[in-house]
Amino acid sequence: MVKTVTRIPVANYSKLQAQTGYSIKIDQTEIALFKVTSGEVFALENRSPHPKGGVLSEGLVSGKYVYCPVYDWKISLENGMVQAPDEGQVQTFTVEKEGDIIFLII
Amino acid sequence: MKKLVMIGNGMAGVRTIEEILKLAPEQFEITIFGQEPYPNYNRIKLSNILQGDTNFEEIIINPLDWYKENNIQLFSGEAVVNIDVEAKRVMSSKGREVEYDELIIATGSNSFILPIPGADKMGVTGFRDIHDCEVMIKDAKNYKKVVVIGGGLLGLEAARGLLNLGMKVDVVHLMPHLMERQLDPIASSMLKAELEAQGMNFLMEKETAEILGNERVTGLRFKDGSEIEADMVVMAVGIKANTEVAKNSTIDVNRGIVVNDYMETSVPHVYAVGECAEHRGTVYGLVAPLYEQGKVLANRICGLSAEAYGGSITGTQLKVAGVDLYSAGEITDDDQTKSIMIYNDFEGIYKRVLTKNNVIVGIVLYGDTTDSTRLFRMLTKKEDISGVSIFHTNTNDAAADDIAEMPNDELICGCNGVTKGAIVEAIKTQGLTTLDQVSHCTNAGRSCGRCKPMVSSILAHTLGDQFDAAAAQKTSICGCTTISREELVEEIKTKGLSSVKEVMNVLEWNNEEGCTKCRPAINYYLGMVHMDEYKDDRDSRLVNEKMHANIQKDGTYSVVPRMYGGVTTAADLKKIAEVAEKYNVPLVKLTGGQRIGLFGVKKEDLPSMWEDLDMPSGYAYGKTLRTVKTCVGAQFCRYGTQDSMALGIELEKKFERLDTPHKVKMGVSACPRNCSEAGIKDIGFVGIDGGWEIYVAGNGGVDLRPGDLLCTVKTEEEVMEMTGAYLQYYRETANYLERTSKWVERMGLDHVREVLADEETRKALNERMDKTLNRYIEPWNEAIKKEDIQDKYYTKQTIKVGE
Repeated sequence: MVKTVTRIPVANYSKLQAQTGYSIKIDQTEIALFKVTSGEVFALENRSPHPKGGVLSEGLVSGKYVYCPVYDWKISLENGMVQAPDEGQVQTFTVEKEGDIIFLII
Repeated sequence: MKKLVMIGNGMAGVRTIEEILKLAPEQFEITIFGQEPYPNYNRIKLSNILQGDTNFEEIIINPLDWYKENNIQLFSGEAVVNIDVEAKRVMSSKGREVEYDELIIATGSNSFILPIPGADKMGVTGFRDIHDCEVMIKDAKNYKKVVVIGGGLLGLEAARGLLNLGMKVDVVHLMPHLMERQLDPIASSMLKAELEAQGMNFLMEKETAEILGNERVTGLRFKDGSEIEADMVVMAVGIKANTEVAKNSTIDVNRGIVVNDYMETSVPHVYAVGECAEHRGTVYGLVAPLYEQGKVLANRICGLSAEAYGGSITGTQLKVAGVDLYSAGEITDDDQTKSIMIYNDFEGIYKRVLTKNNVIVGIVLYGDTTDSTRLFRMLTKKEDISGVSIFHTNTNDAAADDIAEMPNDELICGCNGVTKGAIVEAIKTQGLTTLDQVSHCTNAGRSCGRCKPMVSSILAHTLGDQFDAAAAQKTSICGCTTISREELVEEIKTKGLSSVKEVMNVLEWNNEEGCTKCRPAINYYLGMVHMDEYKDDRDSRLVNEKMHANIQKDGTYSVVPRMYGGVTTAADLKKIAEVAEKYNVPLVKLTGGQRIGLFGVKKEDLPSMWEDLDMPSGYAYGKTLRTVKTCVGAQFCRYGTQDSMALGIELEKKFERLDTPHKVKMGVSACPRNCSEAGIKDIGFVGIDGGWEIYVAGNGGVDLRPGDLLCTVKTEEEVMEMTGAYLQYYRETANYLERTSKWVERMGLDHVREVLADEETRKALNERMDKTLNRYIEPWNEAIKKEDIQDKYYTKQTIKVGE
């Protein structure tokens, strides 16, 4: 089986602010890009695994977690895991930084 | 604009700049020179870096973005070498010349490097900044044997860190006792025994004469002729005010740069603050007094009348290598002092209180610092201690009395920072019945366990006395901390905390960047305390308030423009209709608050929609005044006795945008038929012949509750005055997210009435309210005008692959 990997430039690192989420739509997939205080950048599917859904990009960022803005679920930016007592996982994407450009691997 | 230059980029100096920005944001063009190539970081945490508990990014207080946002020109890695006080100009190590109108010297201090032969060899370092830490961490990989010169706090912290890095550590100390400035001989010998058990070796009463070696250090020779091997030396004998640059000009320098009570040096327009300043003969090294100085200086520079700085009395709470220590006041005996001591070598506890003429003058606590708050209070208030039991024994009778008298902020568990209040609160709100449960919920007693008897007594006391109303009010803010709302507000006031980050940092949040419960709450309390000078932390608000629109379950937003008193015009209705068509708004609906909501708007459309509407935000999303619902009233209605629309509009215009603990709704009816349903509003006004009835604490939501009559007044002026005072009292005393209905039930209606009955109190409340109202600007208009806000909050980038 052939799997196609696409590397897409999505942002300038220097323009991203810490503790902030950004929404990026690539074709039909909406992605939430987060820069955290330590300077790391993470990318997740911009959709909470809560049964009623909701976006993540506008949630409050604390350390390497985002709180879903609609139902307040706490979600790890590193692996997309929903923290107890809630359950679930969000799809994460690999982020690469080259110079000032942030690339997503889709 | 006046030019303000600061030499130094450390904690005290930058804190002063923050104070100045709060007082006079547009008054100065600010330039900062910093010798270190970094933004301002928390120097207190250097030992944590050395010990491997944290990294550099996490201890930055003001990131580079902060300098940019506040238009501060930062020259880092660049020291100022000369001040020309005549020409009012500074010159940097890179030859840069900058003129000033006002100059702050905040150069801090340097490690005191002993002036002995060999002190310049490779492998000899101080312990003062990031660079020193990096050198030590790097050297620890290649070298094994380190000598730390200095057995004070700094030296022992360095030694503990170096042990963690796997080195063999010898500590050399000139004096016969460790930390002799904070500890008496007994406490310091206990500390020495503990540290020896952890692996340190001590060489006491040794004066270093020479550092041996060729290029790199190989050992030390002492004055008595003995020698010791070392391939690394850390000098931690103390710090020395960095006064170099002042000395080179004509500014008076003693041990530090001499300042008066307004932090002014001997030269006009030149000030000094922080560890480089000497005030009334004292050079301070702890952060709390330095922050006090910063506040005084900021007021002075901004030309505001300020209280003079009168010096600080401080107690020092320390944790050295896992041991709790506390020290305050005079700790050396003379023939007038009488001591009270507890010495428990078995459990590693030692407490000593020094008294003179029936008052406490000094405190030394080792191993258990739970008495520190209470004793320090007695020291500063000079309480007469005759007949008072200084140390509490844990026999049950005495303990029960103690607990009743013990204030809520008294620390019970020193290891985990758990107060009596936190324990009582946990017991009450969570219905705890066993010691284990309390430990689990509060962390009290989970580390060393010494406080367990006390926790046990509190449990017994709390369960036996259900009428302890004061304690029952206490609720810890969230899982990130154990402190209560009251404690937080008190800390913000006394420590002068000014940002959400600083609160979480200084008050040691166990979750460094907080959570969705505490961040918005802290932001609210800061704004409540600091009134017009607080810069709102937008990213600590939850989505709706951050975006100034209500998020819907599909990620779209709703837009609800202000419609004062529910009164609109044909022109506004046309605009709303046009916008709804232009942006294909899926739903247009009349809301419950007498206005029009546009639902299903994409976030990237929000700013342009607001621009087209050209109406203020209705704040349909905020913890703030939502709407003032009105009936038609005397202008048209045959029953109306008062002009309800006019009063409603006036109320809404005055209090719109105000941050409140929870949402606030109002209603104004012109007669007791009450068509605006004012009886179930947070504040409701009902017109009667010759006046208004004011109802409070009504709620039409989850907890349906009719309002209570607060009072009856005659004129609209009285309505405004009473409403302002009531709202402000709610703002100052309610817990964040506590609706007025719950708040009134907790406080008691009679109590609220009593407070508001006093004219002076009402006046003061209204003054604070008016000051607060000054700070608000219309958020939609701001978003339209500011590109950075649009970029950060309202952009959705769309990428099509292959294009």
